Parts: sequence; structure tokens; C-alpha cells
Amino acid sequence: MNRIKDAFAKKQKNLLNIYFTAGYPSLHDTVPILKALSEAGADLIEIGMPFSDPLADGPVIQQSSTVALANGMNLRVLFEQLKDIRASVPETPILLMGYLNPVMQFGVDNFCREAAAAGADGVILPDLPLDDYVAEYQDIFRRHNLRPVFLITPQTAPERIRRIDELTDSFLYLVSGPGTTGGANTQAEGVQEAYFQRIEAMNLRNPRLIGFGIGDKASFQNACQYAEGAIIGSAFIRALDGVDDAPAAAKRFVSSVLA
Amino acid sequence: MKPTYQQPTERGYYGQFGGAFIPEMLYPNVEELRQQYLSIMAEPEFQQEYQQLLRDYVGRPTPLFEAKRLSAKYNTRIYLKREDLCHTGAHKVNNTVGQILLAKRLGKTRIIAETGAGQHGVATATVCALMGMECIVYMGEVDMERQKPNVYRMRLLGAEVRAAMSGSRTLKDATNEAIRDWISNPVDTHYIIGSVVGPHPYPDLVARLQAVISEEMRKQLLEKTGSELPNYVVACVGGGSNAAGAFYHFLEEPSVQLVAVEAAGHGVHSGHSAATSVLGTPGVIHGSRTLLMQDEDGQITEPYSISAGLDYPGIGPLHAFLADSKRARFISIEDEDALRGVAECSRLEGIIPALETAHAIAALGQLGAGPDDVVVINLSGRGDKDLETYIKYADAIM
Repeated sequence: MNRIKDAFAKKQKNLLNIYFTAGYPSLHDTVPILKALSEAGADLIEIGMPFSDPLADGPVIQQSSTVALANGMNLRVLFEQLKDIRASVPETPILLMGYLNPVMQFGVDNFCREAAAAGADGVILPDLPLDDYVAEYQDIFRRHNLRPVFLITPQTAPERIRRIDELTDSFLYLVSGPGTTGGANTQAEGVQEAYFQRIEAMNLRNPRLIGFGIGDKASFQNACQYAEGAIIGSAFIRALDGVDDAPAAAKRFVSSVLA
Repeated sequence: MKPTYQQPTERGYYGQFGGAFIPEMLYPNVEELRQQYLSIMAEPEFQQEYQQLLRDYVGRPTPLFEAKRLSAKYNTRIYLKREDLCHTGAHKVNNTVGQILLAKRLGKTRIIAETGAGQHGVATATVCALMGMECIVYMGEVDMERQKPNVYRMRLLGAEVRAAMSGSRTLKDATNEAIRDWISNPVDTHYIIGSVVGPHPYPDLVARLQAVISEEMRKQLLEKTGSELPNYVVACVGGGSNAAGAFYHFLEEPSVQLVAVEAAGHGVHSGHSAATSVLGTPGVIHGSRTLLMQDEDGQITEPYSISAGLDYPGIGPLHAFLADSKRARFISIEDEDALRGVAECSRLEGIIPALETAHAIAALGQLGAGPDDVVVINLSGRGDKDLETYIKYADAIM
């Protein structure tokens, strides 16, 4: 079974992938938020594994990670929280997103086993080099039926995109433009369009989701013109800011994007 | 290819340490640098311009000074490599002069840098002014407060100093911000990293540019002592660029004892320390696999040192390899002893050292050097920038 592939087979357009940080705003919000996102219609869910020094993330996600770590979140707690998740969220693909160092300290094999047991389908580790993945981790990921997701940026060379596509059996994460997560999209529209069209014209094996700088219905719909769907992170984290009822806020947010 | 201490593998590994653990957003920049740095640095025009700037602008070669009063105190023969006499007051400029020439040849127009004590920031701002390039320096808010003169120097030189407000608001966080800036500006910007840290090729690039220090040492030692090889080379280590430069041409000389001095803060096991070789375990920080201070979950621990330049939770991968293989000996020095090192160097030799360097001086008593041994300390920088701290801790120093 591969929930990621199933999700793309079932709904070929306008897939919404929502990112949130495990253990934020409070330690025990992880599962309620996950359920709420799934019920509200998110097609994929990325759970952020908080890290003290998240290089590819902007201030919003970094701040949520700092809070989550202070709340006591770590991989052991996360896997414990997720252990019964598939009873209530049977189909929505769950991806774990984070940085290499906490995973290395947990042990990559250990991590993959526990992640798979907790119901995860894929892993996004932005600072895991492609060559290191192939040399050291690919077999482990396969053994535990976890799909890696790699990032592609406007500067990624075509032959490297082909290689990433070959190594992928889930989806390609198209970073919309230069910058960290949650940044304003400063590129001229034509430039971005040309980049998305260039990728589209490559006729890659895997579907694509566009992320970074997507935050509301308008930017989601715009991104969906050029890919099978899009990823929202920072804007959703902001929507959880100061709310009493995080699951209700999650539902409102998904509805506002999909409405 | 088997790596040596001087030469990492093609992918930047020294033993198990090194590599390039970077998000895809940085891959083209780092790969471009990796493919080009050795050939650009080998070009005769590059070398000519670099050597000329080192001589006429930086003021090289820096003297190797026989410190007779310190020698008498420790009953050994101590020489000070006077990097404090470099333009801008520290060894950092050797690297920034080289990297700005590299950046120009790569067609970059905008320079970013991180800085802890401000010495690297000042050295970067200086070469940007020299070359007419835009310069942005990231500095932790805490470091901006404790190194005010250097903040003003950078601004005077035309650089924009941006405060890093996350984490402990020190060097680690400034580095995070600089990397994020680079991610946001991948085409026109070159990131001048100030130490032998970061993704490959930076550790090797910075070590090669700082290697001028040990290259000169060998020639000067031959003149002064009749042998190119000392018994000990001592240098402080934060990220480790001055130590890498001081060790470089002795790395493959087993008779030379290499001594790296780390900041133990309030005590190695006090919870307020930056002694990475003792407290660190293998992990990934700022793009390379190295020894770093972290908790059991792999979260990076906040380091502490009285000295902003040593206040870093990791060390460069070469140094991790030197520690792991026992090629270098690591000594930890507490804040109070470093302050005594300031007093000793100032009173006995008339040289007020930087707080970073004072850690190396404070290690002299632990070397076990005999009367006939030759000890070279890399005097990495001068203490002007630390004067406020010295005034604050006057009781401990006087």
C-alpha cells in the first residue's frame, strides 16, 4: 500500500498538503490537529519534527519549533502520539518533515522503523544530500516502505531534476522561488511561471506539489495551475497563533483555502 | 582517494567528518564553488593578486616574535606569531582577501558573512570596501552588545550589520541567518564563511587561505632556530580557522605537537561551556558532519564562553578529525584563566591579546614543554575589541 500514490491517483488536481509542527501550539495538539486537517479535506499532511536550527525555514516555522521543543516534543514523544493514528486517519498520507541531525541521533534505521510503525508514508529531510541518501539510506527507506521527498528549486539543473525524479516514488517538492519557508514571493510572476512550465515540459514520472510562499486560497489556486497541488506551512502555523481551539482553527483554515 | 589531514576527499570528508549537508536551495552555489575553488586559486593571476594584497594591504609576512619574558616564566622557548599585526587586527583578513577575489571571479556582486567577535565581520566589511561590493554581516544581538567597537567599525566601512535574534543570539544564530540569506539570494551572492566550518568546500578553502600562517612560520623558525619544525604549535579554537592556519604546514609532521585550546567557560561540565572536543558528539551543523554540542535528541545545545569568537557549539571537520585521531591535543581553558592570560601577555610582553587568543596563552602551563622546546603560539588577534570586557573584569585581570 502506498497512501501517497493513492492520494494522487484518486484526486489528480488541486491537492492540498498542509504542514504543521508537532507539539505546537501545545504538546498534545499534534493528533487533534492532524485529525482536524484530514477531516477538513487536506489531501496530504506534513508533520514537522522540530529542530533547534532549521536552515530551510523562515521565522514562523522556526518559532513554532522553538515552542514545540520547549513543550517537550521529541521523536520518541511524536511516535508515541502517532501510534494509533491510522485508526482515525486511515487514508491521508502522512509525511515527516525535519532535519537530518535529530534523525541521525535517533538512528536512521530506528527512525524509519518507528516512523513506519507510527503510520508515516514519507519523509522530507531538506539537508540530506542526494548522494548520501543513495549511498547510505535508500535501502533502509525501502525496507520500511518510506518514500523520500526531495526539493527542486529554480536553480536545480535539468539533469539533477531527472535524477531526483528517478529516485522518487511519491511527489516532487517544487520550491516556488528563492527563500526560506513563509517568505514573501518576490519573484516576478513571469519568471516563476517560466520555471513551473519548464518543469512541466520535462514530463517527469512523479506528480508535483508547489511549496514556499503559498498561504491562502488565491496563491493555492494559482500554484495549482502549474502542478498537481500545493503545500502550505507558515500561513497555517500563523493561523494557530493564540487560538484556544487548535482543531477548530485547523478546520477553518482548510475550509478557507478549499472553499 | 584516502584523505590526509591536509587534503579532504573530493566530497570534503576528513575521516567521518565533513561533507556538504545543505538544502537543495544551496546546492548550485556550493557545487559551483566546489568545482571551481581549486582551479581559480591555482590561476597565476589569482595568486599574484592575492599575494600582493597579503603583502601590501594585510601587512604580511607577520613577524614571529621571541617572547623572552613569557619564555622565562614557563622555562621554555616561546614564539608569538603576530597575526594581531594584520590589517583589521586579526588573522581573519587572510581568508576574506582570498574569498573576495574568488567571489569576483565567480561573478558575484553581493557579499554576506556571519560574525561572532566581529573580527571576521570587520575583515569582510574591509575587503568589500576595498572592492566596492555590497556587504551584509549577520551578528547575534548578544555579540553586538559585547563587541560594540567592531559593530561601529563595520558600519564605518559601509557594511550593513543585521542582528540575529533567535536562539542564544550569538555566532550559531548569526550563521543560521547568513545561510538563510544565501538561500534567498542564490544567484548574485557569495557567502564568505569566516571559519573552517560549513559545507565542503568551505573548511578546505578557508584552511588553504589561512595556511599562509604556518607557511611563514616554517621559514621564520628556520631563520631563528635553525629548524623549520617547532615542538609545539598552540592555537585557540572556536570554529578553528586560526588553528587550521597555524597547523596546516605541520599537519603531516608527526614530531610537531599540535595543541588546540577550547573555551571551557565556567567549567567544562558546568553547563556553561564551549569545549566541543570534550562535550561534542558526531552530528550535522551548518552543513557539515562534525563534533557538536547537542542533547540526546540531536537538538543543538547553546554554548557559552566569555569570548564571542569561541562561543560556537561545533568545531570544523578537520579539527574533529584531528581530535578523533588524536593528531592534535585539545586543552580546555576556563574564563578566569583566559583573563589571567590577558594579564600575562599584556604585562610580560606588552601585547594586549584578544580574549580568544588569551585562551591559548593560558594553556602554556599545561603543555609540559621543556627548556629546549620551541613553542609557537598563534597570536590570532589583538585585544582592542575586548577592552570593554577587560574593564568589566578588571579585578580578575589585575
